[in-house]
Amino acid sequence: MKILVGVKRVIDYNVKVRVKADQSNVDLTNVKMAMNPFCEIAVEEAVRLKEAGVASEVIVMSVGTTQSQEQLRNAMALGADRAILVEAESDVEPLNVAKAFAAVVEKEQPGLVILGKQSIDSDNNQMGQMLAALTKRPQGTFASKLVIDGDKALVTREIDGGLRTIALTLPAIVTTDLRLNEPRYAKLPDIMKAKRKPLETLSLADLGVTSKAHCRIDKVEAPATRSAGIKVASVDELISKLKDEAKVI
Amino acid sequence: MTTLLIAEHNSSVLSSSTLSALTAAQVIGNEIHVLVAGKNIESVADAAARLSGVTKVLCANADTYEYALAEPMGDLVVHLSASYSHIVAPSNSESKDFMPRVAALLDVGQVSDISAVLSADQFKRPIYAGNAIATVTLLDDKKVITVRASSFDKSTQQNDQACVVEVVDFIADSNLSSWQSDDITESARPDLASASRIVSGGRGVGSGDNFALVEALADKLGAAVGASRAAVDAGFVSNDLQVGQTGKIVAPDLYMAFGISGAIQHLAGMKDSKVIVAVNKDEDAPIFQVADYGLVGDLFDVLPEMTSKL
Repeated sequence: MKILVGVKRVIDYNVKVRVKADQSNVDLTNVKMAMNPFCEIAVEEAVRLKEAGVASEVIVMSVGTTQSQEQLRNAMALGADRAILVEAESDVEPLNVAKAFAAVVEKEQPGLVILGKQSIDSDNNQMGQMLAALTKRPQGTFASKLVIDGDKALVTREIDGGLRTIALTLPAIVTTDLRLNEPRYAKLPDIMKAKRKPLETLSLADLGVTSKAHCRIDKVEAPATRSAGIKVASVDELISKLKDEAKVI
Repeated sequence: MTTLLIAEHNSSVLSSSTLSALTAAQVIGNEIHVLVAGKNIESVADAAARLSGVTKVLCANADTYEYALAEPMGDLVVHLSASYSHIVAPSNSESKDFMPRVAALLDVGQVSDISAVLSADQFKRPIYAGNAIATVTLLDDKKVITVRASSFDKSTQQNDQACVVEVVDFIADSNLSSWQSDDITESARPDLASASRIVSGGRGVGSGDNFALVEALADKLGAAVGASRAAVDAGFVSNDLQVGQTGKIVAPDLYMAFGISGAIQHLAGMKDSKVIVAVNKDEDAPIFQVADYGLVGDLFDVLPEMTSKL
């Protein structure tokens, strides 16, 4: 079984985001970029399934700028076999990304597609579900556990209030939540090896996808800031402040 | 122009986030119909029919919808979508699962997690874990929207007269996925997402066993228990207690953070709380920059002292 994994290049999660002065977007000039953390978990899960003999090949795919090659090479250093970069301007909308993935799913026929549940830049949490709808494959979102059992995937999902396990008939789409696994770090020899693994570059047009605008960003602002209050010296003072000043207990 | 609001419920009552999403739908300004889907949901449909501002309730009562699986839910909403300009749902683990399917099947975009309605097609939403707020315009004729409940007041006003409840007999097919089991945390404490008081613990709590100290104070205050992502990642508590951009977004009257440093992603989930209390050993912890009351101290001293003195 082939596994297709989505990888997105995003701002490193440790970097403090700043909004551009003209409020057109956040400022990404000279900012450290990295693989979206949920995508790292997706790559790790696919590689583990290959190591367990469940998967035969792990293909990583990204829709984004030329620089996304870095993240694809990184994914191959972690154990993916080959990569597909669909070159596009930055900020491709989720539905257009889903259409590009749907075209590759059609061509490659993976038994499983594993994607991060959301990217930490746009925070949309849409693409995997959209891909499942477009390809008419069942979906298991926010997975904290994944077991392949014959022609079924058992997905334990993080839902409000606890966990829910569902069974999907393969081929299927799975999106990852934080606790699915702990991604490994790439070793130096693997990073070198990844440079020689195949990376195919395509355009949206090659896949027959026209990028349609559905959602326009009008403005990006910094959030309202909350100012620091006071420091109290003791538990007694804290309790009296909460009782008499804030009146919340 | 009519809005279809998709209710969230537990088969007996509407969730409070549904009432917040109703407020958002009222700001959008259309006539509002509510879809209640599930199994044995007549009482929920009747309750929805008495909500002020709702002119029709659609009741889809069938086994297929019992666990709100994404495939049948998505198909149901698409089936009903023809007469609606806006399809709105409170943002939760169910709607996050099926709403993007609805958008894709209708070939339209979706705006997730709106925090403000500026007009019928323009909204605000947090991006970059709440470190930036985007104003976005949906360009498609049909608008698919999920609503961040903590950003909107609950619409609790009721009408004396219930509106019409229409039965939907469309049964979506669901042969590709099936429910197996649930492992829901049983708790006598209030629900984290809607609690008016929350006591949260972070990495500083040190272990799952030590969380008993956090729980003791929470129980004294009648509060829900929350946690930072660091505490969840360290395995102290389960993920459904996580407050933050990738967990629950909360806005209680009182939020107390113990041993939480205040990572950006945690602050994004709680900084709309009315009163924030932070207790941390590190006086430079970023959490103090958003706290109304900060106490520099050891949580292992402060928690028991506070619990005993309240």
